[in-house]
Amino acid sequence: MLDLRLYMLQRLTALIMAPLVIGHIAVMIYAVQDGLTVGEILARTQGSVAWFLFYGSFVVAVSVHGAIGLRVISFEWFGLKGRALQLFSWAIFALLFGLGAKAVYAVTFAGGGL
Amino acid sequence: MVSGLKWSNQVANETQIMTVSIWRESGDDGRFEEYEVPARENQTVLDVVAYVQQHIDPTLSYRFACRVGMCGSCAMMVNGSPRWTCRTHVSKVVADDQLEVAPLRNLPVIKDLATDMDPFFEKWVAAEAVFHPSKTRHDPMAAITPDDPMRIAASEAIECINCAVCYAACDVVESNPDYFGPAALNRSWSLLNDIRDAGQDVRLAAVGSNGGCHNCHSQQGCVQYCPNELNPTLSIAGLKRETTKALFRRSR
Repeated sequence: MLDLRLYMLQRLTALIMAPLVIGHIAVMIYAVQDGLTVGEILARTQGSVAWFLFYGSFVVAVSVHGAIGLRVISFEWFGLKGRALQLFSWAIFALLFGLGAKAVYAVTFAGGGL
Repeated sequence: MVSGLKWSNQVANETQIMTVSIWRESGDDGRFEEYEVPARENQTVLDVVAYVQQHIDPTLSYRFACRVGMCGSCAMMVNGSPRWTCRTHVSKVVADDQLEVAPLRNLPVIKDLATDMDPFFEKWVAAEAVFHPSKTRHDPMAAITPDDPMRIAASEAIECINCAVCYAACDVVESNPDYFGPAALNRSWSLLNDIRDAGQDVRLAAVGSNGGCHNCHSQQGCVQYCPNELNPTLSIAGLKRETTKALFRRSR
């Protein structure tokens, strides 16, 4: 089920996520000081390459990490295997990546449309 | 515990009778059957099983050899937990005056209480839990001091009697039939710490493969039930660490 490659991928993505989550929460606390508004958040993130990379790398890490974790659960608990398991894992990855990428695009580069 | 004390008080009288449920299976047909046996103050689960076979039903199949906790043959599920039955006193495990004996979990049943141990030992080979000699009898003996860190790590992992109690206790084995299990990986770890062994690369590849150490969820069922108080989870953590290190060594 989990070989060294998938195990390492899951650990490395966890290493990436940990500081990003801390950064995300720290900025939330900092931002709330002046009242949390959509306008204020978008003013900070829109057009920012730094925030695109920050949340973009988080989305990639979450997609890989979550897909591997759910792959193990679906195998051990629900007996999914072989091709069905491969398809399920990639589908979870695609779903998490798709939703995440859409959100990152929306807060960094999508103009207007609030 | 309370009912265990109550039970041992009752059995002061030798003629006291207790009921034991034993799993009987032949072919596809399996069920628990109840037997009445003398409730002696001082008897092991294996004594009870042997009594049933010798005095009530000679067709009962079970496995044992040494009766002193060395050979690892007599492990069974006792009231739902894996135990070495020759060293498990009935008074310690009886619950509500009930004793239920079943074949080891996670292994195919041959008949009654006897399981097929082949899958268990095949995984030892798959996990490269076998010695790869690096010297001949003409070479001098390897000098290993007792305080060598590798010797200490190996010492903590030896004394396994191959009873498969950990294998039966492991929930990962239950849900993932490919998983090598605690005993095989524990043995692989003790050999990884043996400087005389020449097979470390194949061993690391084996324990890093599909059924290998990375499947362990560190639930520690093996640690809980190992009759020799070994810590296979710690050994498996060591294998995870060493396979990771080897990955970085290779990529350099």
